[in-house]
Amino acid sequence: MAKALIRVPAEAKKGEVLEIKTLISHPMETGQRRDEMGRPIPRDIINRFVCTYNGEEVFRADLFPAIAANPFLAFFTVATESGELVFRWTDDHGNTQTETARITVV
Amino acid sequence: MSGPRRFSLLAAPFLPLLLAVAVSGQHADPPTGIRPEDTRSGYHFQSRETQAMQDDDLANPGFLWVLKGEDLWRKAAGAAGKSCASCHQDAATSMKGVAARYPAFDARAGRVINLEQRINQCRVDHQQASPFLFESEDLLALTVYVAHQSRGMPMQVTTDGPARPFFTAGRNFFLTRQGQLNLACKQCHEDQWGKQLRGDRISQGHGNAYPIYRLEWQTVGSLHRRLRSCSIGVRAEPYPYGAQEYVNLELFLAWRARGLPIETPGVRR
Amino acid sequence: MLARGEKPVFDLSKPTVRLTRRQFVAATILGLTLPPTLRHPAEASPEDAAAAMKAILGDAPLRVGKVTLDIPPIAENGNSVPLTVSVDSPMTLAEHVRSIHIFSEENPLPNVAHFTLSPRAGKAQVTTRIRLFKSQKIVAVAALSDGSFWSGSAEVVITLAACIEE
Repeated sequence: MAKALIRVPAEAKKGEVLEIKTLISHPMETGQRRDEMGRPIPRDIINRFVCTYNGEEVFRADLFPAIAANPFLAFFTVATESGELVFRWTDDHGNTQTETARITVV
Repeated sequence: MSGPRRFSLLAAPFLPLLLAVAVSGQHADPPTGIRPEDTRSGYHFQSRETQAMQDDDLANPGFLWVLKGEDLWRKAAGAAGKSCASCHQDAATSMKGVAARYPAFDARAGRVINLEQRINQCRVDHQQASPFLFESEDLLALTVYVAHQSRGMPMQVTTDGPARPFFTAGRNFFLTRQGQLNLACKQCHEDQWGKQLRGDRISQGHGNAYPIYRLEWQTVGSLHRRLRSCSIGVRAEPYPYGAQEYVNLELFLAWRARGLPIETPGVRR
Repeated sequence: MLARGEKPVFDLSKPTVRLTRRQFVAATILGLTLPPTLRHPAEASPEDAAAAMKAILGDAPLRVGKVTLDIPPIAENGNSVPLTVSVDSPMTLAEHVRSIHIFSEENPLPNVAHFTLSPRAGKAQVTTRIRLFKSQKIVAVAALSDGSFWSGSAEVVITLAACIEE
C-alpha cells in the first residue's frame, strides 16, 4: 500500500467551497528512461484518481507520465451534507488504493 | 582611510580569538567565511514555489517518508523481535533533540558517526537485525522520521573532546581543492553563496534539512547522496556512502549550521 | 547515439573497462551537443499537442479566454513544476466547467492531465505538479457545459542545474 496524505476539513458549513489536497507516494515511471544497460524502463504510473462524496463522483483526474512523481492533486468541492469522501487511485496494472475521510457539514 | 589605522581595524575582530588561544591554551573554533548573522538555511536559496512545497506538510512529498518511517518505528525486527518503539516508546518524546546533536562521537564505535549509522548501530546491537543498506528506502524513512522529531530545533553538535580530530578532518576536507575542477567547498559555499550559477542560486551548503526530498532525484535522499553529487560536480571520484570522510565533513557542516533550525524533511531543487 | 558500424570511443570488448575521467567527460559532452532529435526520437512537437487537442475539441472552435495558468515562468527543476489551472465560471448547474485538459508542446507526449469536474466543484480550479522536458508552452483547454471550449496558455523556461550530478 502506497503512503497517501489527504487534507479535508473535518467540519464545514453547508454550501462552503472546500479545497481538498491529496498526495500519494509513487515514482510515476514515464517510460522514457533507460537503465544503466541502456534498456528502456517501462511506463508505470498512476493513471486515474477519482473522488466521490457520499457515493457521487465529484472529481476525476486522468493522469499521464507528465505528472510529477508522488502525485499531488488539489481540487474543490462544495460541502453539501455530512458523510464520507472516498479517494481512489488506480495504476497501470489496475491496482487501486483507497483512502477515506469523514466530513461533518453543519 | 590611512594605512596603519586600517590595519588595526582589520585586526580588531581577530584579537579576541588570538587572546582566547593564548590565554586558554585550548583550540578556538576556526572562523568560517560566513558571519553568524548571515548564516541561512538552504531553504532561502530555493524558488518561492519550492519553498511553498516545504511549507505545507500536505504538499511536501518528504512527508510520505515520515509516514513510512513511523510504520518502521513500530515494526518488530531481528532476532530480538523488538521494534524501535519497544525501547524508545513515543518518538516525539524520546527522539526530540537527537538529530540536532548528530553527527556525534560514539564510544561504542570509537569514532564520530552520523544519524544513519546510529540507527543501524541500534538495529544491530539491540534488535539483533542486519543493518539497513545506506540509501535504502527503510533507512531513509527511519532517518527522516527520527530527524523530523527535532524539526524546529537548532542544530547544536559537539566538536570538542574526542570529536575534535574528526571535526578538524572535516574542516580540512571543506577547505581542500578537489576534483578535475580543482574546487574546494569553501570556494562556492562560503565565497560565492547567494550568487547565480546557471539556474541556481548558490547555497551556503548546510545540512539542516536532511534527509531531503530533492526535485532532481524525484525522491528522498541523504546528505551523503548530496555530498557524492557535489564530488561529481567538481569531477572528483565520490566516496562511498557512509565514508568517514563524508561523516567528518558532515560534522563540520553541522557546526557551520549551528543555530539553524532542523527542517527535515526539507524540499530542495 | 552511435550510427550503425561506428566504433565506440571506449572498447567494451576488453575484460575490464575503466573509463578515464577524460573519456567520461568527452562522452558526456558528445551526448550533450548532439541535436535533440538524435537524443530523443520520441520528442513531441506543437503539432502533436494540436492533434491531442483536436481529440477533445472535434470540430468545435477553440476560443482564447476564461482559462488561467498559474505556473512559474522560470522553473527550478523540470521534474516538478507546480501548476494551478483555473477557469472563470460560476459553477452552477446551469453554467459550469465540465472538464479541463492540459497539453504540453515539447514533452515526448502531448497529454499531461485531463480533469473532469462536476457542478458540485464550487470552483473550477485544480493544482498539480508536472514534468517539463524543456522550456515550452503549456496549454489548458476547458470544456464548458454549454458546449464551448476555451483555452489559456503559459510559457515556462526550464533552467540547467548548477552542477551536473550522477
